[in-house]
Amino acid sequence: MSAQDVCDLPGIVARWHHDPANLVQILREVQDSCGTIPSDTLDRLAKLLDVPRVRIESTASFYAFFHAESHGAYEILFSDNIIDRMAGKEALKQYFCERLWLEPRKLSEDGLVYVDDTADIGLADQAPAMLVNGYAIPSLDKARLDLVAELIRARKPLAEWPPMLFEIPDNLRKPGPLTGEAFAPGAALKAALSRGAETTLAEIDASNLRGRGGAGFKTAVKWASCRKAEGEAHYVVCNADEGEPGTFKDRVLLASHADLVFEGMTVCARVIGARQGLLYLRGEYRNLLEKLKSVLAGRREAGLLGRNILGEQGFDFDIEIHLGAGAYICGEESALIESLEGKPGKPRNRPPFPDRCGYRNQPTVVNNVETFACAAKIAEKGGAWFASLGTPQSAGSKLISISGDCKRPGVYEYPFGVSVRQILIDCGAEDAHAVQVSGPSGTCISFREFDRRIAFEDLATAGAFMVFSRERDMFEVARNFTHFFAHESCGFCTPCRVGTSLLRNIMDKLAAGKGSAYDMNEMKHIMHVLRGTAHCGLGHTAANPVVQTMEKFPDAYEKRLKRLDFEPAFDLDGALQTARLITGRDDEWAHLDND
Amino acid sequence: MTEPKKLKVATCSLAGCFGCHMSLLDIDEKLFELVKVVEFDRSPITDIKHCGPCDIGIVEGGVCNAENVHVLKEFRRNCRILVAMGACAITGGIPAWRNNVDLWDCFQEVYSYGIGLENGQIPNDPELPLPFDKVHPINEVVRIDYFLPGCPPPADAIWKFLTDLAAGREPKLDYDMLHYD
Repeated sequence: MSAQDVCDLPGIVARWHHDPANLVQILREVQDSCGTIPSDTLDRLAKLLDVPRVRIESTASFYAFFHAESHGAYEILFSDNIIDRMAGKEALKQYFCERLWLEPRKLSEDGLVYVDDTADIGLADQAPAMLVNGYAIPSLDKARLDLVAELIRARKPLAEWPPMLFEIPDNLRKPGPLTGEAFAPGAALKAALSRGAETTLAEIDASNLRGRGGAGFKTAVKWASCRKAEGEAHYVVCNADEGEPGTFKDRVLLASHADLVFEGMTVCARVIGARQGLLYLRGEYRNLLEKLKSVLAGRREAGLLGRNILGEQGFDFDIEIHLGAGAYICGEESALIESLEGKPGKPRNRPPFPDRCGYRNQPTVVNNVETFACAAKIAEKGGAWFASLGTPQSAGSKLISISGDCKRPGVYEYPFGVSVRQILIDCGAEDAHAVQVSGPSGTCISFREFDRRIAFEDLATAGAFMVFSRERDMFEVARNFTHFFAHESCGFCTPCRVGTSLLRNIMDKLAAGKGSAYDMNEMKHIMHVLRGTAHCGLGHTAANPVVQTMEKFPDAYEKRLKRLDFEPAFDLDGALQTARLITGRDDEWAHLDND
Repeated sequence: MTEPKKLKVATCSLAGCFGCHMSLLDIDEKLFELVKVVEFDRSPITDIKHCGPCDIGIVEGGVCNAENVHVLKEFRRNCRILVAMGACAITGGIPAWRNNVDLWDCFQEVYSYGIGLENGQIPNDPELPLPFDKVHPINEVVRIDYFLPGCPPPADAIWKFLTDLAAGREPKLDYDMLHYD
């Protein structure tokens, strides 16, 4: 994968059927084979796909993993979630850079290696972690980084690196109905076929299954509406863009229970009458791609995908995998569809919702990985069985991804209704002080609230559960999250594009010891603007970490406030230093009092 | 009948183009109405050099040098209500375009290599305001109470804003006064 490799553009474009809707995939392959997406490639792509160049460029410039300048033969991206930082990521990154005589965000002199940060890569249970040319390496320490540095110095191709570097254990600590029982591929599908589409839908309805991506919309309602909607084709889309920092349960489902997920998608296809399914796999899970493809191939061979599935005449369905390219916003379902269509991942106006107007403007079911896994189990074992688990409003079980200050981080499967306290006992987090439930966009709870329960009616969650002990500074946690949102805002609407940056700047101002009560009020004001006017959920929730930690851990903020009234955002006298050097002046008027 | 007490208003232009002040003058004949309720202190209109206690201070332009900070702090000390008027005061605006250019390069280009320059040298007179390495919006230097957007804000918006304040109301601008395309 060196920059010298010539990239076979016509071949890549042909592999993706000359369809501009596959532009993100085409760009990914170009990036993969050339190491960059050079400007002249954009021109050639525009010709080959017969679309304007701006269309190519808008997509190419949107995604974090695409870049026009070379990042060398080895691109190293350190995961920069707060959990990675707590595990010593900053010091390790510095150590690594020193070993290779590097500066972050600067290509090495010999054009060999480039080091930068990236948003959480779904390995918070094995933090700190990093991506090397898109492939994840977990549990970093000095010894492992020494090895990586040696391999890079020896210019070993990534394919020849020791496989143990890339081994990612599931860390499944508490199995349950989804993860604990063996699943025979085809079992759910057979049951669904013998029941018929309508009765299968009725079972899903009876199960009370709600979406596992966090919002908790009732799955049967979505499927029924999509089934009824008229269109040229129906689509099933599995949202495996697990980008919420601290979430990694889909990683485990896809690594070890992919059959269950694909089977759930196939059951859905049967119910809504779809012939094509798409799995949108986040780019950070590149290492899972080959395995998932082989599972799909196995299912085709077993007659569980393809034409006349399980001998049922006219039941044709197949699944294609699309890889993301480092954009958190693509976890939002309409942004995800835009990305599947080869466009920048900007959320659409809703309604219409995807069940009527989704992929290629056709009726589409978009569900979370875990939702499809649940649907397969329900098809196999019936709705009543599923509804008997959990609470009346939140049926079934939930996979929780636990990370941070606990002895046993990993994936735990609980029936809904479990208390935070119980989870903390199970994962060995005796001195927990705060928990961030469902990631930065979720809820921060303090030790006073540990009797709250994981359920849609109390603490709704997509699965993240980050634990912070008494020693942790909750201000720094919130500051890390504001940086995350400012980076991940898609830029479509002004309140979010500007608001998330303002929040980040004010938090940095506070961190520099220049805070005042004025800044605290400003942040509350920005929160109201974001909640009231942002285009999508990212903006609506972007101020949550700040506002919630301000309310629950006021000390963390107050100790940073310099004065009550106001404090300049930058060092006034320091900002004159350059001009003093240029002019050689040091008179009274060449200085400013910082007080 | 006693005359109602007039509001004292001070204005200044920092790193701006005076376009906002021109827009203020653009309220035309309403100026006669305005001077019935306000009295100007320090302002380019009066040429008063330093301001005393005021009700309203209006600042055009961002902060690009040390002198701007002195002026801004004088306004903050003296004005009950401080208003950032126009894009430059609010965001740094066009002067902030230089933020992408190194200050050394700016000086060299202007004083050493500019077209038509001979024996150019970088001035170091203490009377000259010393520039910051970046241009900043004024709310990064002092607390600001109101932001009046636009490049420049339309005369009607300035009129509505000032008369609202003079009447003791919370200023409220309709959408069409904030909408530019």
